[in-house]
Amino acid sequence: MDPTSRAFIENAHAGLANPVLRRALGIAGTGFPARRSEAIARLPEFEALRDAGKAIKDHTIAHLDFYLELYEKNVAAAGGVVHWARDAAEARAAVLEICRSVDAKIVTKGKSMVAEEIALNDHLEKNGITPVETDLGEYIIQLRHEPPSHIIAPAIHLMKEQVTEAFRAAHTDLDPDRAITEAPQLCAEARAVLRPKFLAADVGITGANFLVAETGSSIIVTNEGNGDLTQTLPKVHIVVASLEKIVPTLEDAATLLRLLARSATGQEFSSYTTMSTGPRRKDDVDGPEQYHVVLVDNGRSAMIGGEFQEMLRCLRCAACLNHCPVYTAIGGHAYGWVYPGPMGAVLTPALIGVAEAGHLPNASSFCGRCESVCPVKIPLPKMMRHWRERQFAQRQVAPVYRSGLKLWAWVAQRPALYHALVEIKARLLGWLGARRGRFRTLPLAGGWTEQRDMPAPEGRSFHALWAERQRTCQRETGQ
Amino acid sequence: MSARDDIIGGIRSGLGRPALSEAAKGGLAARVAAHRRNLVPARAASLDAAGQVRLFVTMAQAVQTTVVRIASDREAPAEIARYLAAENLPAELRIAPDPALDELPWAERPLLTVRRGKAEAGDAVSLTPCLAAVAETGTLMLTSGEATPTTLNFLPDTHIVMLRASQVVASYEDGWDLLRTRGALPRTVNFITGPSRTGDIEQKIELGAHGPRRLHVILIDDAKTGRRK
Repeated sequence: MDPTSRAFIENAHAGLANPVLRRALGIAGTGFPARRSEAIARLPEFEALRDAGKAIKDHTIAHLDFYLELYEKNVAAAGGVVHWARDAAEARAAVLEICRSVDAKIVTKGKSMVAEEIALNDHLEKNGITPVETDLGEYIIQLRHEPPSHIIAPAIHLMKEQVTEAFRAAHTDLDPDRAITEAPQLCAEARAVLRPKFLAADVGITGANFLVAETGSSIIVTNEGNGDLTQTLPKVHIVVASLEKIVPTLEDAATLLRLLARSATGQEFSSYTTMSTGPRRKDDVDGPEQYHVVLVDNGRSAMIGGEFQEMLRCLRCAACLNHCPVYTAIGGHAYGWVYPGPMGAVLTPALIGVAEAGHLPNASSFCGRCESVCPVKIPLPKMMRHWRERQFAQRQVAPVYRSGLKLWAWVAQRPALYHALVEIKARLLGWLGARRGRFRTLPLAGGWTEQRDMPAPEGRSFHALWAERQRTCQRETGQ
Repeated sequence: MSARDDIIGGIRSGLGRPALSEAAKGGLAARVAAHRRNLVPARAASLDAAGQVRLFVTMAQAVQTTVVRIASDREAPAEIARYLAAENLPAELRIAPDPALDELPWAERPLLTVRRGKAEAGDAVSLTPCLAAVAETGTLMLTSGEATPTTLNFLPDTHIVMLRASQVVASYEDGWDLLRTRGALPRTVNFITGPSRTGDIEQKIELGAHGPRRLHVILIDDAKTGRRK
């Protein structure tokens, strides 16, 4: 998909003005955090597991060349094939070539953010292959021709009325008077419509939550069972995964699995955690005949050794989205590409460039909730700050902000001057605002006063009041 | 230069080092081979065998798995017939082609139609064995194989699983160890924790999204022998 991250400010305003989105995000912004904190309260070891999870990922990235080679060797030993892709175009080409080799017409898909990242569906369609999303949320947004707005709940921006509308428009062979206004009816309809697609598919494509070097296995975590039908019924199973999904051993995977479901949905464990190793065995009576892994770099290896390496720990649980006051106000589409919220604000500039996605790391109040809920302790606010510094260094910040910041820095380094200027400003604003107690408009602060009034200062600066208080105290205690 | 060499080279230059020495590789290979466990929560590991079975049942029921306990697997056909009738389900069963299931006294239940093999599109109810069950989260562990086709776990509306109390283990790590004792890995290992569900419409949980709407465990109370904690 082409990014619209440059239009973040307009996108965010549109999100704020969308009443359906406000209602939908209201449900999401309370439900996910509450369920997560209940799940964590039931597991006293959760904090220690976060440290263990962080250590596993750091160890793996520090030896990623070794673990990728071990992984590839073990995939091959189990009869599978690894296809290395430097970028999105190579990944798309690898998937298409496999599909063509079996003359595929219909391809079912489990939910995969990397497949979104490489814009796989468009590419398959252009080449005459029909991709069918099978995760309910992904299916809904595929019908609506829109991107996901959340990395684990792609249709979270919608209410059931929009789903009803999408199903009526798409399922024209069904009775137009059927009742599909409630969630159970909608789920039943999706199940009935998609079941024949699962059975007809020539190729099944899934993502991976983990790739296990020790065994050459891929692991997917789902609740619907769509990923399992996708990878079990067709002749060919293709896994599309980015290379930082590697973990050394099954034990390491177990530790990260304990963190993932609790952080994501607040479940103890997702309904289905499935590990796949190679194609069906000689005596198996079902399962795919071919197993391929398209291993996608697309900018990850360039993050190693730099300020954003720690982002490669990310498990894609979405806890940072669910707890972000910005994400839960504007929704995922405002971010303009595949990854929204705090993790997107850090990852998107690394993958598509800070020139394209420079607004994203600026859309943060730095409240720090994202870092505090991250299961692998990624310092998201710190990394957003790194992007801001880089934008400043690369002169991507508007001249008026640059000169303003420079002027402020010059003054701030001269405490006497700074205090004097603040004192003057406080007195002036205090005098001007004395009558109303607030300002409706202020020069240079339109961004603030557009949405709310600025309270008028009392007339003295904090420093002046503090100094006075210190003097009084000293007099009273006689010191 | 191949994509593979480019990517591996890029990783090494990011890490600021050449390929690892043989000694360093040996150290990492030893870490992998050791199967060292990270922190395992005490929740299940601190219980004795009977406590782990009780925890499995509690955790499984919390995610809408239904559990019934019987004294011997000989009672399974009667119990399955009772369950299907009580749930108003067809008296038809697709069973895993597992010799142990073949030996159950199906003839005592002539009204129950029993077919063996992988699941077909129209199958309403499946019956499978499992490798183990993880007490920590009420999770069943199933493996693919000649006698245990994976489609049985996902295609039918109702999935019934036979579990012996002696198969209950504390943690996923115990499950991995069990798997390793059985030689080469199977194509698929399914950890199943409750029936299929989705929250994709307004965050309300609906059961039976694409996989089974019902997950029913028949727990056979065989005595645990020679195994403590």
